[in-house]
Amino acid sequence: MAEKSAGRGTKSYKPVSMSSKEYQAFAKAREPSRSVWTNCLKAFLVGGLICTIGQGVQQFFMAVFDMSAREAGNPTVAIMILLSVILTSMGVYDKIAQWAGAGSAVPVTGFANSMASAAIEHRSEGLVLGVGSNMFKLAGSVIVFGVVAAFVIGIIFWVFGIGAWHATTG
Amino acid sequence: MMPYVWAFVVGGAICVIGQLMFDVIKLTPAHTMATLVVAGAVMDAFGWYDPLVEFAGAGATVPITSFGNSLVHGALTELTQVGGIGVITGIFHVTSAGVSAAIIFSFLAALVVRPKG
Repeated sequence: MAEKSAGRGTKSYKPVSMSSKEYQAFAKAREPSRSVWTNCLKAFLVGGLICTIGQGVQQFFMAVFDMSAREAGNPTVAIMILLSVILTSMGVYDKIAQWAGAGSAVPVTGFANSMASAAIEHRSEGLVLGVGSNMFKLAGSVIVFGVVAAFVIGIIFWVFGIGAWHATTG
Repeated sequence: MMPYVWAFVVGGAICVIGQLMFDVIKLTPAHTMATLVVAGAVMDAFGWYDPLVEFAGAGATVPITSFGNSLVHGALTELTQVGGIGVITGIFHVTSAGVSAAIIFSFLAALVVRPKG
């Protein structure tokens, strides 16, 4: 740590100045230690719970509307997003997120939460400039990289022949 | 009962992968999500995501990796039906429900909810 004394007369001061490197080391030593194991356990429990709720919604669609597991996927995601937006509106989802970390961020509910909270937060700037242009601030990268990846993969299959794709369609 | 157990285990495991990317590799949430989406897309290209959906149900369809899987699924399904242009027209074929729902509900929420804090 670089110290320089700006002493004058009997009274001397020691202003502490740190380089940014020293500051980083200083801040890191005082950062509250977060256990990776605890975080992973929390993420597992909350993430697993959200998916279990999703499974319940999916079973509901399969039983009531006689859908296959794959057909039920879409309406299930829509319901999960609706639930997430409701919880975000009540300020509950962000409380869960503080505890759960990736457990609430990785499911689609986290994607919806990022959009809803950005929309609500920027409402005061207007519907077009606030809500419209900020909604995808966080969710945008997911869509951009997902679409670009899907496009690249699509082109590869187009060039080399779709026959190599083994997934079940429909 | 078993579908719920596997949904919990597989869904939880994918979230743990996300948490490790936060804590160990120190990625930002945006980088983590983008990586997971691309991972889901690549898995579907190899035909690995469908078996996971069969096995884990919502444990595979609810995490964001499923979004990448659905984008590729739409593009490739349309590619088989209408040819090359299908790559462009099919990308949002399957994911329309999720993206539309998120936009619509978020917009409505912004109309009625006052921000907290």
